[in-house]
Formats: sequence, C-alpha cells, structure tokens
Amino acid sequence: MNERTPGIRPRPSLGRRLDIAFRVSFPAVSTALALLFTAAPLRLPGQSELQGALALGMVFFWSLHRPESMPPLAVFALGLLADLLDFGPVGVQVLVLLIAHGLAFSWRLALPRHGFVGVWMAFLAVAVGAAALQWGLTALLAWQILPAAPALFQATLSAGLYPLLALPLARAQATLAEPDQA
Amino acid sequence: MIRLSIPVRQALARLTLPVLIVVAFGLMLLGKVDAVVAERARMTLADVMSPIYGVFAGPTERLHEFGESVSRLFTLASDNARLREENEQLRKWQAIALALDAENASLKANLRWIPDPAPSYVTARAVADAGGVYARAVLVAVGPNHGITRGQIVLDASGLVGRVTEVGARSVRVLLITDINSRVPVVLENSRARAIAMGTNGPRPRLAYWPSGTPPVEGERVVTSAEAGAFPAGLPVGSVHYNAQKVPEIEPTAHLDRLDVVRIFDYGLTVPLPPEAGLARPVDSRSRK
Repeated sequence: MNERTPGIRPRPSLGRRLDIAFRVSFPAVSTALALLFTAAPLRLPGQSELQGALALGMVFFWSLHRPESMPPLAVFALGLLADLLDFGPVGVQVLVLLIAHGLAFSWRLALPRHGFVGVWMAFLAVAVGAAALQWGLTALLAWQILPAAPALFQATLSAGLYPLLALPLARAQATLAEPDQA
Repeated sequence: MIRLSIPVRQALARLTLPVLIVVAFGLMLLGKVDAVVAERARMTLADVMSPIYGVFAGPTERLHEFGESVSRLFTLASDNARLREENEQLRKWQAIALALDAENASLKANLRWIPDPAPSYVTARAVADAGGVYARAVLVAVGPNHGITRGQIVLDASGLVGRVTEVGARSVRVLLITDINSRVPVVLENSRARAIAMGTNGPRPRLAYWPSGTPPVEGERVVTSAEAGAFPAGLPVGSVHYNAQKVPEIEPTAHLDRLDVVRIFDYGLTVPLPPEAGLARPVDSRSRK
C-alpha cells in the first residue's frame, strides 16, 4: 500500500511518518547495531567470526524478504562498517556482502517457494562462498598464505546460525519492520 | 527533486549494485595504495567506540569472574593443597632470590654498573578485540593527550603482549605477538642463543632461526633481545614448548586470550617502521644495545 493506491488511510502525522521511517529502516539499523554489539568486548569465543556470520545472515535475509529495506547502498555502508570494526582490509566485506545481496535479490521470487530448507541450503552455499572469498581476498591483499581453519569455522558458523537468526527476523518482518502496520 | 521516467529509474536502480561492486574493488586498491586513509578512518571509529566498549568491559569482566569463582568452588580443596605445597617451594626460592639479589647488588657496586634508566609507562584497559578473523590485535582505551607513539612496547602483569601499531586520539591498537605478522627477536635464556618468535595467528608463536647446535630446550625461558633495537633486552616472552609436530613454540607468559589491564612502555627505542608509517623517525642516538 503506497500513496498512489486509492483507499482510506490515517492522516500522515509526524508520529506516523516517524513510525513508518523506523519500520523501513529497521533492517539496516538493526544490522548495524548487531555489528557494533559484536565488536564490543563480550569475550565470546570466535567473536569476530560471529560478527561476520551475523552480518551475512542479516543482509541475506532482508535482501531476500524485504529488499526495499536493504538497498545496495545500505549493504555497502554495512560492509564498510564491518571492515572498519574488525580491522581487516577495507573493501573485502563490502564486496562479500554486496555479492550476497545481489544473489539474494535475484533469487527473491523463486527461492521462498522452496520453503525454509531451500532458503537455508542456498544460504549454505552463499556462506561457503563468502568465507572462501573473504579468505582469498584477505590473503591476496596481505600477500601471504593465511591459515584456512578460520574460514572453515566462519562458513560453518554462518550456516549453522542462520535458522536461529531467521526465526526472530521473520517475526520482526511481520511486526517491527512492517510499514503497513504503522 | 528531478522527476525521472520509470524506465530510466529502473535502469538506474539496476546499475547501483554493479557500480557499488566496482567501488568496493576501488576501496580495496585504495586501502592497499594509501593505508593512512583507512587507518585514520578506523582509528576515528575506534576512538568513538572505545569509551562505549569501556563501559561494557567492566560488567563482562565481573560476569566472567563470577562464573570462574563458581567453577573454582568445586576444586577448592585440591587447589588449597597444591598451593600449600607450591608456597613451601616458593619460600625456598625466595630465600635464594634474596641472597642472589644482595650478591648482585654488591657485584654491581664493585663494577660501577650504570643501571638502565627506568622507562616511563601508562596503564590502560584493553577494551576490545581489534583483530578480526585473520589477525590478532586488541584495542586499548587511553585518555586524550596520551603521548603514545607507534612501536611502543605493551606488557601485561606477567609478560610481553605486543607492540602499538596504530595510534588514535583516545585509543591505540596493539598487535599481539601471536599475530601472523608479528616477529620478535628473542634470546633463549639457557643457551643465550638468538632466535625469532614468529606469530601464526594461533595461541603460541613459533620459534625460528636459532643457531644450529643450540636447539631450544623444552621449558626453557624465552626473553626479548635488543637486536635491531625494536625491543629492550630481557622482557619475558614465554617458555619453549614442543608441539605434536615437534616444532618448538613459545607458550606466552602474558594472558593474551584475556587481556584486561596492560602497561604501554616508552623505552625511547627507534623502531623499524612499516612503510605506511610515512616519514621515518630520526635515529635515536641513545639507542641501547
């Protein structure tokens, strides 16, 4: 429902417009907050891998299910934030997240028809590709062979975390991030 | 706002992603060519975040301590017995140390030994991990006007932690000795043989380039060497430990996996700076060997 469709709708008061703006920006803002939160000293084992896994999962989910709230520019900004926060070479996570976004965006019509398991399988491939790409680019930019174990761990963590992540995100999609509920 | 026709708008929308991907590649190249811009952006963000992380650090530390104190309750009796035994041994060592200290002092007095000047240091809290997946580093929150420069030495209560690599207004980044890019000249304490401690991103740096004929001995203490003037001599790094592949590694004395309060020392050393540091610092004539 947008301004062009005919119908009766509430007056666009300031509160209502703020409400809609919050709901539209919820996916990008919550992902940025998740990045900042996982950069905090929580002393979790594998915290930097967790940061990458969260960013990838959230960008993939919103690009697939609500792409108008996760535009390429937002993905770019999130990737840059992730790169700056984890002191990796700048641009690597930007590229990884943009590619994940592009894939999810092009699959947005066909993929959800295969049910959650289908989406998860697709994300599994994306997670493996993302970890491999990040490992390769980081090694290339540092011009040295890096141990591959962290990349493997990151791919596994991303893939395993996705169902746990998708559950609250799907709820948020229907409630917090739904502009029609404003 | 300019009104664009629908096809033009759609074409523009379709172009955004490819253009941004090209920009991402551009960013990578830019970060490679001019590391200073990226470093400045990072440290600005770190400066903004470090006070916030500092607020986090206290409660998480207390939570961890609580968890540990609960788990310690179960080993209380055995710990007590072990500590009693250890205390007994340490008392003997203390007597020996005091005697040696006195002897050392009298010998130094006879030799007219010039003592090393005491280095100045600041104490600060390590607030966050700043390594990411493929590096080992921590972010240390320091106050404004801290006067810390790149290359200063960081120690915790028990041993060498690493070196300052990036300096911001309120925070500094410390590259740990376990990072894959870390190389520390060391001395094997028993044989006085020189070697290099090479970080691997794993928990223990590897030992390399010791002279033939003096292999590192299991359990031998490893301290820094003043070779190349990057470190002062004699800072405790760790002890030699052979891993399952028979490769000598260093078990660091510093608690690198749970750094809390660290000390950043200014030894007034000249440091071989990485190329992105720009102008090299003038050679310090007081460089100590």
